Amino acid sequence: MRDWLHRIGTGGLAVALLAFAGLAGAQFKIAYIDPLSGGAASAGINSQKHVIFFTDRINAAGGLNGEKIEVLSYDNKVSPQESLIVLKKAIDEGARIIVQGNGSSVAHAITDAVLKYNERNPGKEVLFFNYAAIDPALTNEKCNFWHFRFDADVDMKMAAFGDAMVNDKSIKKVYLINQDYSFGKAVAAAAHRMLAQKRPDVQIVGEELHPLQKVQDFSPYVAKIKASGADTVITGNWSNDMLLLVKAGKDADLKVKWFTYYGGGLGSVPAIGRDGVGTLKQVTEYHNNVSPTLPPEEVEFHKRFTDKSDEMYYWRIRNMFAMLQAAAKKAKSNDPVKLARALEGLQMDTPYGPMQMRADNHQLLQPLFVSTLSDKAKHDVEGTGLGFITDEKIDAAKTALPTTCKMTRPS
Amino acid sequence: MTARGRAWLAAALLLLLPWIPGMQSDSSRSLLTQMAIAAVFALSYNLLLGQTGLLSFGHAVYFGLGGYASIHFLRAINGGLPIPVPFVPLAGALAGLSFGMVFGALTTRRGGTVFALISLGLGEWVHASSLMLPSFFGGEEGVTASRTKGPHLDGLDMASQLQVYYVTAAWLLISAALMYAFMRTPVGRLANAVRDNPERVEFIGYNPQRVRFIVFSVSAMFAGLAGGLHAINYEIVAAESLSAARSGAVLLMVYIGGVDHFLGAVLGAVAITWLQVSLSDYTTAWLLYLGLLFMGVVAFVPGGLAGLAMMHLKVLRTPAMRAIARSYLVALPFAILASAGLVTLIEIVYRRATQPEAGALMKLFWIPMDTAKPWPWIGAAGAAGIGAFALARAWPRIAAAWAEAGEETHARA
Amino acid sequence: MKELVAFSLLNGVVYGLLLFMLSSGLTLIFSLMGVLNFAHASLFMLGAYLSWQISRWVGFWPALVLAPLLCGLVGAGIERFGLRRVHRQGHVAEILFTFGLAYVIGELVIMAWGRNPIENHVPAAIDFAAFRLFGTSYPFYKVLMMGISVGMFAFLYLAFKRTRVGLVIQAALTHPQMVGALGHDVPRLFVLVFAVGSALAGLAGVIGGFALLTEPNMAANLGPIVFVVVVVGGLGSIPGAFLASMLIGLLQTFAVAIDYSWLDLFRAIGLKVSSDSLLREVWSVKLSQAAPILPYVLLVLMLIVRPRGFMGTRET
Repeated sequence: MRDWLHRIGTGGLAVALLAFAGLAGAQFKIAYIDPLSGGAASAGINSQKHVIFFTDRINAAGGLNGEKIEVLSYDNKVSPQESLIVLKKAIDEGARIIVQGNGSSVAHAITDAVLKYNERNPGKEVLFFNYAAIDPALTNEKCNFWHFRFDADVDMKMAAFGDAMVNDKSIKKVYLINQDYSFGKAVAAAAHRMLAQKRPDVQIVGEELHPLQKVQDFSPYVAKIKASGADTVITGNWSNDMLLLVKAGKDADLKVKWFTYYGGGLGSVPAIGRDGVGTLKQVTEYHNNVSPTLPPEEVEFHKRFTDKSDEMYYWRIRNMFAMLQAAAKKAKSNDPVKLARALEGLQMDTPYGPMQMRADNHQLLQPLFVSTLSDKAKHDVEGTGLGFITDEKIDAAKTALPTTCKMTRPS
Repeated sequence: MTARGRAWLAAALLLLLPWIPGMQSDSSRSLLTQMAIAAVFALSYNLLLGQTGLLSFGHAVYFGLGGYASIHFLRAINGGLPIPVPFVPLAGALAGLSFGMVFGALTTRRGGTVFALISLGLGEWVHASSLMLPSFFGGEEGVTASRTKGPHLDGLDMASQLQVYYVTAAWLLISAALMYAFMRTPVGRLANAVRDNPERVEFIGYNPQRVRFIVFSVSAMFAGLAGGLHAINYEIVAAESLSAARSGAVLLMVYIGGVDHFLGAVLGAVAITWLQVSLSDYTTAWLLYLGLLFMGVVAFVPGGLAGLAMMHLKVLRTPAMRAIARSYLVALPFAILASAGLVTLIEIVYRRATQPEAGALMKLFWIPMDTAKPWPWIGAAGAAGIGAFALARAWPRIAAAWAEAGEETHARA
Repeated sequence: MKELVAFSLLNGVVYGLLLFMLSSGLTLIFSLMGVLNFAHASLFMLGAYLSWQISRWVGFWPALVLAPLLCGLVGAGIERFGLRRVHRQGHVAEILFTFGLAYVIGELVIMAWGRNPIENHVPAAIDFAAFRLFGTSYPFYKVLMMGISVGMFAFLYLAFKRTRVGLVIQAALTHPQMVGALGHDVPRLFVLVFAVGSALAGLAGVIGGFALLTEPNMAANLGPIVFVVVVVGGLGSIPGAFLASMLIGLLQTFAVAIDYSWLDLFRAIGLKVSSDSLLREVWSVKLSQAAPILPYVLLVLMLIVRPRGFMGTRET
């Protein structure tokens, strides 16, 4: 009896020790904070797969300076308040980099909280990697040393649209429909500026801000767009708001050109179907027809995630982790402050041209593509038989815009 | 023990809690702070539900508006207003009271279902409107401020979680004492009468509408204070704090904790906050467990956790306790078996539905299993079935033990 | 302009009829049993998911019948094994029970179908244009939706006002002992009512599923507005619910079309609002932006002014 107890006791101790050793075998913790439930969950879950995929690749290649990356996922339901609750938890659990993207409102809250935390806890700093919140303010008046953005901001993407619109004389009347929050308002403002500059002949026939992720039926809005006689719609809508908007447009037989920020996002192409061919446009850093052959990352991604909704949509997450890996190598350390310094001004090559992290405002410059939905694309989206084809490529250096950022750096 | 003795005991407990081994990390103290905030909010809600019989689906309105008032006050302090940060919740209380009086005048004219529905509509109204008025509510981003930028009370710079916890705990103690005292005033007693029989109250010359209004305003004031504590802890207030989800959460807390006992709300706040914060780490299905728990409490234990505890305290010193304990001991293994089986089933299905890419291999209760094979399913279903069956057989024994205990206490009385 | 008005009218009527489909079952259950079922929108969601699943196996038309029947069965189970037990503890306990049930159904739906919206497109069988208006084709499924909604109204109105069973059930609410003494099985009647109410929610779900977006949050998104309809119409009144649905549908749709704010009104009548006024923001909200809150404003005003609703006969 005693012998039996003894064995269990030593066995348990051994297991505990092993577990402890496993923990101690240094881990570099990254906190992924995005919606994993609720209306915007589809976007959050898709990008979570990207984060796991690319960190696993780094781990397979030996990790960051020998440390394996561990991804901790937190659901924030796209609520800024909820995000700060989980941010606290993430930092307590040892996260050194916070990754977030969905919702500029959330990004504002996180960048502010990270700044405060780093001020109060010198020596325990954390970084904020933003891969999709593109309110320009984040790298302008609200910029700080700890925040890095890996997606082109609203103004940069709108400028890309400007390049695509400048010679298209079929565009005469534009309608702006956007979500009623910082990002949607930024899109509307950028559209006004861009049109005044590049197409002063175009008339803005209507402007709409609707509640974020609350509208169930966009038919009334579509009726308004139709009545305005618009031939083109510019929208920054994402997730359900994008999906339902194009769905209502299809139901009402709305014939317009869609200049969208997230028209290629999950579910939108299946929702609009063939009606979108030749009319649905998007501006992104990647789509699967950028080059005739798929990059190895995408081939491998599809081997691991096999559902037809598992599209490799966030090439920028690939760029983000490539940058992190390079910065760790350059800094020869995983200390967040050193990583941040190494990232500033870092230049790298991608299969589609060079990219660079701006030192003055921490905005990544990467090549951008304006593309249109087509039924002749080689690679399709979500099994629809439709895919995007490039209209215009803008090189990284050309996407740069002036910034008002004044950053204080740790001494 | 006297009320004063109990208050001292509570104070000592709150003081020592963050030093208990295992509670010394920042995250544990953050959890304690959240629990204390939830406790103030739940106590304020129980003034309505438990004491006055008013079922509200929109109590977060006062929590949120109090939060917004506090965060703006905090911003003013950041801007140079010479008031120490720990007093910020007073702004929340004031806002809660003011809005409680305005909205209360409209909504408390009737009780019952009409009140419940008005509170629901008003909650949705305020929540949706908040997004349209960004200069006060800050739009989707919310309003942020810093709790460390301001005049410091003797060494209290509010930077560490421990300091925030102590400030919160102090406010919890103060508001709990005030609410306890309020329920012992004539108005508080009348509130119970309004809950039980409003016609009778009217008949003896009091106006139930007026009683409801006063209790409602006081309740809104403490909800606002809780919102102020929330503002200090998170340094952000966003539309989410006004939302129906938060109103629903406080209802769950109070009902699960027990509406008939003053401390029930605190018990519920602690339990539900713990579930929200900790259980969600282990399982994404935690809302399902919460819903099942709530339905179970409504159907089987209307007195809530506090009611259950009181029931056992009553028989603790009687000889019947032995029989009860023995019957529990028999049932316990089967209860564990049944819940383990059920939880395993839920977890397997949930995992396969929400994370198919994670593969068929998973670990539950430290046991690795391959859900593509039938054995985990059969094992879990078998455990749940056998456990439930045996539990049903053991139940009469528990019931009999309690029936005996009932007779004994009767005989002694 | 004529076109906008015509389409807004059409959209408003369609939305109103959808709301009626959603709320009719709730009204039925409330009027006959006095239970305010918070899980009603969840049963609607369940109907949407079930119909999608069934139509993948056997096609749309069988699903249109089977999904509501299944929802009815679920409803009967809820009444028989859940609500009956808490009935003794009064109406508050019943409300709370269904409140918890709404959480559980929502999570069960996630368990079965995941968190992402499912691709619940308009079935091919009914995906064609019904008619053309101002050169725009109008989808048939919306016409079908209107037809089913009006059919529901007729069914409910006739079945419960003009038939013997309906009268017995109504009597059972106020005088259960008396009805029981007359030889009717009251508990079974209640199960029947709850089942029919749930089946109606399920039927609404079949159509609403592809008219809206089928995702786990649809119940939470639609739940509050259903309550608004039921209360504004008058708790328990079927014609009232119909009237309220149409009113809210039209109100919300037309509000979206109107881009004027109080500020424009003040300006039109010659009033000046100083630019630094805190209230300026309140006055400058456009009616189109305020559309989502209008139903709630209506609800609160109605409860304060006339708690019986349009056509209700009692307050609670």
